[in-house]
Amino acid sequence: MVNGAGILLIPEGKTIVTRIAITRILKRLALCAALSVIADAPAGDRFITVASTTSTDNSGLFDALLPPFTQKSGIGVRVVAVGTGQAIKLARNGDADVLFVHHKPSEEKFVADGFGVERFDVMYNDFVIVGPNSDPAGIRGRKDAAAALRAIAKAGQPFASRGDDSGTHKKERFLWQAASVDVSAASGNWYRETGSGMGATLNVASGIDAYTLSDRATWLKFKNKGNLKLLTEGDERLFNQYGIILTNSKKHPHVKSADGQQFIDWLRSDEGQAAINAYTIGGQQAFFANTGG
Amino acid sequence: MDAAVTSIDTGHGSASVTDILLLKLHNAGLRRNGQDLLTDVCLGFDDRRLTVILGPNGAGKTLLLKLCHGLIAPTSGTVTWAHPELLTAPRGQSMVFQRPVILRRSVAANIEYALRVCGVNRAARPQRLQTALELAGLSGLATRSARVLSGGEQQRLALARAWAIQPQVLFLDEPTSHLDPGATRSIERMILSIRESGTKMIMTTHDLGQARRLADEIVFLNHGRVAEHSDATTFFQQPETPEARAFVEGRLLW
Amino acid sequence: MDDLQSALATALRLVISADAGLLEIVFLSLRVSLTAVTLAAVVGMPLGALVALQRFPGRAAVVTFLNSLMGLPPVVVGLLVYMLLSRAGPLGEHGLLFTPTAMVIAQTLLVLPIIAALTRQTLADLHREYAEQLQSFRVPAWRGALTLLWEGRFSLLTAILAGFGRASAEVGAVMIVGGNINHVTRTMTTAIALETSKGDLPLALGLGFVLITLVIAINALALSVQRLESRV
Repeated sequence: MVNGAGILLIPEGKTIVTRIAITRILKRLALCAALSVIADAPAGDRFITVASTTSTDNSGLFDALLPPFTQKSGIGVRVVAVGTGQAIKLARNGDADVLFVHHKPSEEKFVADGFGVERFDVMYNDFVIVGPNSDPAGIRGRKDAAAALRAIAKAGQPFASRGDDSGTHKKERFLWQAASVDVSAASGNWYRETGSGMGATLNVASGIDAYTLSDRATWLKFKNKGNLKLLTEGDERLFNQYGIILTNSKKHPHVKSADGQQFIDWLRSDEGQAAINAYTIGGQQAFFANTGG
Repeated sequence: MDAAVTSIDTGHGSASVTDILLLKLHNAGLRRNGQDLLTDVCLGFDDRRLTVILGPNGAGKTLLLKLCHGLIAPTSGTVTWAHPELLTAPRGQSMVFQRPVILRRSVAANIEYALRVCGVNRAARPQRLQTALELAGLSGLATRSARVLSGGEQQRLALARAWAIQPQVLFLDEPTSHLDPGATRSIERMILSIRESGTKMIMTTHDLGQARRLADEIVFLNHGRVAEHSDATTFFQQPETPEARAFVEGRLLW
Repeated sequence: MDDLQSALATALRLVISADAGLLEIVFLSLRVSLTAVTLAAVVGMPLGALVALQRFPGRAAVVTFLNSLMGLPPVVVGLLVYMLLSRAGPLGEHGLLFTPTAMVIAQTLLVLPIIAALTRQTLADLHREYAEQLQSFRVPAWRGALTLLWEGRFSLLTAILAGFGRASAEVGAVMIVGGNINHVTRTMTTAIALETSKGDLPLALGLGFVLITLVIAINALALSVQRLESRV
C-alpha cells in the first residue's frame, strides 16, 4: 500500500485476512485429524456406562464382578466412580446408562422424578467406625453407633467426615442426628469435613489420628491404615444397602437400555449374586447379595 | 569522480538534463511531538554517484535516509521515485542499519533468506550467494552461526546480504559508527567494490574522513535542513556555507 | 522414609517388568497430552503471532486476558467441558464424554493460552528487533510472521514444553471429563489419584516417579533437538 506521498507502508489489511483464513482452515483440518486419530471405540465395541461410587470401586468389587459378565454377554462395562451425589447427577444428565449407588432415599427420588426406570436391591454390607488405636474417646467394642459418636463429640476428638453428600456422608449425618449432636457448630474444630471420597478421607483420618465412618469393604481394602483400627460395628443402623437403577430412555433416548438391563438382570441372577458373595478382601466376605427376586 | 557535475541549490531544484533522477524530495518535512526534525528538504538523487549525507550527530541524517527508503512517511512535502516499482519491489532497494540485524541462522542462510524473500530466481541464487560471500570475505564462515560473528563480520554480512539482491539503490545508515578501525576499513573496501559494480548508494556518516574517502557527492545536513549539496571535490575544497566550512575545518556546530 | 524407598522400588519394578497395566496408562497419557499440545500449538501460535504483530483496538485487554488464562484451574476447565459434552449439554449428541477425545479437548483448552501467550511475548520482542529490517526487505506481514516464528524457535519450543508439562501434570480436568475408567480413560495422574485414595501410597508415588521420568525424558529429547539445530 503506497500513500499519496509515494511512501511505502507495510501492507496489512489483505494479507492479514488471508492469514486468518488459512489459520482457520488449518485449525479445522488439525481438529479432524486429531479426532480421527483419537476416535476410539471402533464400531464393534459394545459397552455400557455405569455411574457408581468411589467406595464401591475402591473395594475392588468391580474387578471381580465385571470380567465374568463381559465374557458372558460381550458387553463391556465402563465404571465412572464418583461421589454418590455426582453419580446421580451423571445419570440424571443421561451420561450413564445404569446407576449403582448406596443411598435408598436418593435412589427412590431418582426414580420418582422419572429419570430411572425401577430400583432393585442388589447387595448390602455395613459401615464401621474406625479410629486411632489409643481410642481416646473410648468407643472400642460398643454396639451403639450413635452413642459412640456422642462419646467422640464429648471428648472433642478429631472426626473426619466425607462432607460430600455421598451415601456414606448421609448415613453419617443420620447417625449424628440420632446422637443429638450438632456437628456443623464444630466444623473446622474437631469435626473435619474433607469433602472427598472414602479413600481420601481415610488418608486424612490416618494422617491426623482421627475417627471416621467407613464402609467395611473400603476399610478392608485400604492400605494406609496407619494407627487406625476398627472400633465400632454391628449396630443395625450401620446397615448399608446398594441399589441399581436403569436410566430412563424416555428422558434420554440414547441410553443403552437393552444392554443396561442385561447387566442389571445378570447382577440379580443367581450367577451374579454368587459372584458378589464370593468376593473377599483379606479372606473376609465384603458384600452380601440380597436382591430378593 | 567524473565531470558530469550536478549542483542543486538549497530551496530550488535544478539538475543537468543528462542525469536521471531516481528519487526526488520536494519540501519534505518531518514533524514529531511538535518538533521539526526535518524541514524543507529538496533533493534529487541520480543513479550513479555515491552520495554521502554528512552532518553532525542529531542533524537528522538517519531520519532522512529512512524517509528516502520508505520506512517512515514525511509529515509534509513529497518523496517521489522515478518508477513506483523502485519503491515497492523487494529488489528495488535495500538498507544496512547502524547495528546489523542478523537472523538466527548461518551466514549463508542469512544471505539466502534475502535472496528468497526478495524473489531472486532460484537458479541464480547459488552464484549470487558465492559472490556475496566473497565480497564480504566470509566464504570460510558460510556455515557458521551468524550470531556468533564479531561486530565487523556481522556488518560485512549485512552489507553483502543487502547487495546480493542487486538492488537499484543501496542505503547505508552510518555503517561503521560502531566498528573499530580495522572493521571500518573492511566495510569501506566493500563499499568501493560495490560502487565499482555500478550500484547506486546513499549513505550517512558523521565521519569527515570517511566522507572524503568514499563520496562522489555530498549532502550536508544541519539541524534538519540541507545546508549544502554539491559534488565532493567542491564541497571539501570550497564549502559554500559557513556551517559547512566549520564542519570541514573540524569545528563543532551547535 | 519407608514409603519413599518402597515407592522407588515399585517404580523400578514396574518399569523393568514392562508391566502391561503401566504401559497402557503411559501410552494413553502420552497420546492425550501430546495430541492436546499439538492442537494447542497449531491454534495458539498463529493466534499469538496475530496478537503480537497486528494492531487492533483493545489489544492490551486481549493480551491481559490471554496471560490470565494461563492460570486457568484445570478442575474448572474440566467442569466447563463436562457441561459442554454431557448428554444434557449442547454437544451431548456426539457422545464424547468419558472418552480420550474429551480429555484431549479439555487439555487443549488448558494448554492453548500458555502457548498463545508465550508466543505473543516472544514475537513481540522479536518484532522490536526485526521490524525495520523486514520492512526494508518489503516482506509481507504473513511472511514476516513466519520468519519471526522461526527466529524464535527456541523460545517457542520452551513454550511448547511448558504446555506439555501442564498437560501431563494435571488431573482435575481429565478426571472429570474422562471418568478415570479402567482401560479406557485412566491416565498416569488419575491412576496416581486412584491409588492414593486406596491408600496405596508407595504405588501412587512409584507411578509418580515414572511420570516424572517420562517428562524429563521428553524434555531431554527436546533439548537435544535444539542443540543439533543450533549447531547450524
